[in-house]
Amino acid sequence: MILSTNFLKDYIDLDDDLDIHQLAEDMTKMGNEYDTEGKLINATKLVIGEIMDCVEHPDSDHLHVCQVKVGEGDVRQIVCGAPNARKGLKVIVALDGAKLPEIEIKKGVIRGQESNGMMCALYELGLDKKYLTDAQVAGIEELPADAPVGEDPIKYLGLDDGVIDFDLTANRGDLLSILGMAYEVGAIYDKKVKDIDLTHAESDEELKFKVDVKTENCSLFLAREVKNVKIAESPDYIKERLIASGIRPINNVVDISNYVMIETGQPLHFYDADKLNGMLQVRMAEEGEKLTTLDEQERELSAQDIVISDGTRAIGLAGVMGGLDTEITENTKNVVIEAAVFDGVCVRKTSNKILRSEASNRFEKGLDPNRTYMAMERAVKLLSEIAEGEVLKGTEVYDKADKENKKIEITVENINNILGTKLSKDEIIDCFRRLAFECESKDNTIIVDVPTRRIDISIKEDLIEEVGRVYGVDNVEGKSMTLSVKKGSYDRTSREIRNKMVNLGLSETLSYVLTNPEEAPMFTSEKLDGNKESIRILKPLTEERSCLRQTVTTALYRLYQYNKAHHIEDINIFEIGKSFYKLGEEFFEEKKLSALMSGTYYTGLKQEKIDFYTIKGVVEEVLEYLGYGARYSFVVDDNIPGDLHPGKSASIIVDGKYMGYIGRINPCICNEEVYVFEINLDKLLAVKTGKMKYKEISKFPTVKKDIALLVNKDVPASDLQKAIKSAGGKLLLNSKVFDLYTGKGIDEDKKSIAFTLEIGDSTKTLTDEEIAEEINKITENLAKKFNAELRG
Amino acid sequence: MDKVEEVKQNALQEIEQANDVATLEAIKVKYFGKKGELTALLKMMGTLSAEEKPKFGAIVNSAKEEVSEVLNKKMDAFAKAEMDKKLQTEKIDVTLPGSKIIRGSKHPLTRVIEEIEDLFVSMGYDVVAGPELETDEYCFERLNLPKGHPARDMQDSFYITPEYLLRTQTSAVQARAMMANTEKTPLRIIVPGKTYRREDDATHSHQFNQVEGLVVDKNISFADLKGTLEIFMKHMLGEDTKLRFRPSYFPFTEPSYEVDVSCFKCGGKGCNLCKHTGWIELLGAGIVHPNVLSMNGYDPNEYSGFAFGTGLDRLAMFKYGITDIRLLYENDVRFLKQFDRKDD
Repeated sequence: MILSTNFLKDYIDLDDDLDIHQLAEDMTKMGNEYDTEGKLINATKLVIGEIMDCVEHPDSDHLHVCQVKVGEGDVRQIVCGAPNARKGLKVIVALDGAKLPEIEIKKGVIRGQESNGMMCALYELGLDKKYLTDAQVAGIEELPADAPVGEDPIKYLGLDDGVIDFDLTANRGDLLSILGMAYEVGAIYDKKVKDIDLTHAESDEELKFKVDVKTENCSLFLAREVKNVKIAESPDYIKERLIASGIRPINNVVDISNYVMIETGQPLHFYDADKLNGMLQVRMAEEGEKLTTLDEQERELSAQDIVISDGTRAIGLAGVMGGLDTEITENTKNVVIEAAVFDGVCVRKTSNKILRSEASNRFEKGLDPNRTYMAMERAVKLLSEIAEGEVLKGTEVYDKADKENKKIEITVENINNILGTKLSKDEIIDCFRRLAFECESKDNTIIVDVPTRRIDISIKEDLIEEVGRVYGVDNVEGKSMTLSVKKGSYDRTSREIRNKMVNLGLSETLSYVLTNPEEAPMFTSEKLDGNKESIRILKPLTEERSCLRQTVTTALYRLYQYNKAHHIEDINIFEIGKSFYKLGEEFFEEKKLSALMSGTYYTGLKQEKIDFYTIKGVVEEVLEYLGYGARYSFVVDDNIPGDLHPGKSASIIVDGKYMGYIGRINPCICNEEVYVFEINLDKLLAVKTGKMKYKEISKFPTVKKDIALLVNKDVPASDLQKAIKSAGGKLLLNSKVFDLYTGKGIDEDKKSIAFTLEIGDSTKTLTDEEIAEEINKITENLAKKFNAELRG
Repeated sequence: MDKVEEVKQNALQEIEQANDVATLEAIKVKYFGKKGELTALLKMMGTLSAEEKPKFGAIVNSAKEEVSEVLNKKMDAFAKAEMDKKLQTEKIDVTLPGSKIIRGSKHPLTRVIEEIEDLFVSMGYDVVAGPELETDEYCFERLNLPKGHPARDMQDSFYITPEYLLRTQTSAVQARAMMANTEKTPLRIIVPGKTYRREDDATHSHQFNQVEGLVVDKNISFADLKGTLEIFMKHMLGEDTKLRFRPSYFPFTEPSYEVDVSCFKCGGKGCNLCKHTGWIELLGAGIVHPNVLSMNGYDPNEYSGFAFGTGLDRLAMFKYGITDIRLLYENDVRFLKQFDRKDD
């Protein structure tokens, strides 16, 4: 809503020195934000001038050299290119030093002729061209012959207005009107709102027009008729206020409907009475019904649209747009006026399809039915006065609206408890008085009579907010709460995982959940996720962001590509985030830990390219840190996603359950060596771990022995490890792989793998014989199971 | 006796003149060896009377000790010099870099979230989470935003079906937390998390982060809300931060407020960041609407509460001087790596 302060001043007396910026700020404190504020015309050093003489420029085919009188005995030469510059014309002159929105005017010489200013068109003063006629845009502004030379042309034209463009909250439909604004401003400055003038003449002729409402989605419908209107240009004050309010003036009749809407907040619709069938009907549209609207487009309607009909055909979309056939034209003589209240939700749905307009916006936010009557009377008054129409006697009324003021009971305690204030009853009643709410009180109870214009107020809490607004939010002291003692809590595990990953050298990312349909299912497992689909947005912004990712890895791979394109070599990133899928008709979301590693892992002299074992180390470190020490394994099975290298990937298993995958991205997708893993945290963290507890340290020494085994190449280390453990029993405290060798000196199908075994007993020192026996047990088992030979 | 003194003086003089370890070793043999001169003197004792023996023995031993001490000292000095010489040859370049794994970093948004979590946890709040793929019921309806409500325009949503959408606000978790608390006991929660709206431009990302706060208890007032947000903002933006509450409208709170903070860049004098107003709009807040309480099982006559929400992206941007919101989501490694240390 753009507020014209000139318009506002019709309804409230403002101090002459009230600065527009101050008003905007004071309104902001009341909860009404604004986008911009300022003068309608931002230009200085303008005067009304008269062209005393106008000759063609000797060195130009389109310039004129004019002698312009700008004051008593003050004639200045100005070179002007406007085609309509001519002797005797009254014009707007920007003097030397004038500041216009686009330029600053300076004395100068144009093709050898001195020029001491500029004659202006209104758009050069900052008025949007959409408000101007073609003639006004083609040349300089032509002022009436009686315009006083030397005076301020902006004031003379009534364009000396201040405007504030408010960004109002959705509940304050009442502020979409000058009257509503007047009440709000009145509450700020403690001023009374003036009455609106509705008095008008009426002819003796009776209205014969009929109204028929056939839907519950219209609660109030009024119709009147004004005959023999004279279509002409509107008076300047109407044009100026419409322009200041952001509406293009058209002709006096159309302008009146807009003027009254801005003034009262009630949208009106004017019909050419001679094109109607003697009646207006309100009903829901038939499915597929056709209507050509004002903008000359044929619309196909649905059963959710409210239409106005003249009994034979649809002639308008209620609250949204009128029909082309019945609109006011230059030739209109008789006007039927509609003032109605339509259901906001219906209008909203229709306007979302067709056009959001000043009118539809007001219906959506809700209207005051008492204002509907007022707007009708105001419109016929202006039509009779400005368009010289004859107002027929009588109003056709359909009225199912509730027009009673709401009475809300509230206590002084209610207000002070919620605001945290210590206001007295008198202070509270004074707040309501400033808002022009009547109230009566008994003891500590106040009964507030809420006017119907404030449709946003229906419960006690709404009144508390009003008191808070008028009293001033800044006047409430903040305090520390005194609440029961309670320990706070947060998801420590996620934070610990994050810290661990950071400590392991990875950078945390925050990637987009939405991606394109091709990338959304990347890195899913054909076997595990075969029945799952990615979830699609109904109305995506772009196809690029139309689907929810099914893995977090797909987003990390995207980030890898982005960084790679920026010539970054070492990319080691991770994220804890959600991924989503659809299974049957149900939607699921899962919390994942995903990481991607590529490049080098060590810095300094010891550079080492990241390989499978680097990222595996990260996973092991995380799992062990979380307490799954001996419970995890990496297995090769058919759950591994096809987007991974089949020979360099594994499923991550904890307590026998599948938790995710690890591996190199399939070279068919990415040539570079890039490794990823993804673990389902919802599943993993459901596996319970024990509390940390102290275990006694053995007082007896342990012995470390290294063994190197020669085995077939395809024997997995984890199988050897298992066999060592089972044979080693209690005395084997630990066993670790420390070397792997293939090549020279070893058969091609063999490998040498070396373990360090730690042997000990917590109750005694082992003898050399006991140690030898333990080693023997282990190597024998390995020989038996894997044909493993002990190497020197 | 004189002989002893003579041998001693000779030995000391030879030690004095010795220039290397070998000479010293030779001196050691010459005087202390089996046939050494000092050893020989001791052997002479056998020829003396029982009376002279102890006296002579004491003199010889004292001379031995003196020579031996001087000799050892010089030997040590030579040994040390030699070791020093050897170590000099083992010198390395200490200015070469240390060997270490790459350093990880935590996303600036996470840093801000953790800071907020720590503050509120210290005040007894629980940090709770909820689904990002939310139902219309929890995202809107249970927050007093029925279908067709004009305020739904404030949030253009990514719907999946007419009933499911990507949550537009962490407020959805307000309703979940209230419903989940079947005992209907007091609540004190914050909800940081991802949110989604159907808009994407220079200042809006379709995916962004919010934190939501909700307190439901007996006798909660606007003054409590004001005090809480003052602590919150002073903690995040500095002790001098001032707050300005402006009445506003949100369907889930009544009264509702928008909260501005004094511009931390110019201190309220007016600059580009605050568009010359001295204030930056940062939070939405209010007293929980009685409909929201009753719809989620709390009796509004017994309980009251406050709620607040703020965009974490902007907080992170302010805190670290990030000028473009897109940087937060591009995840350029050169950007991420800037957040790899302890923050002051």
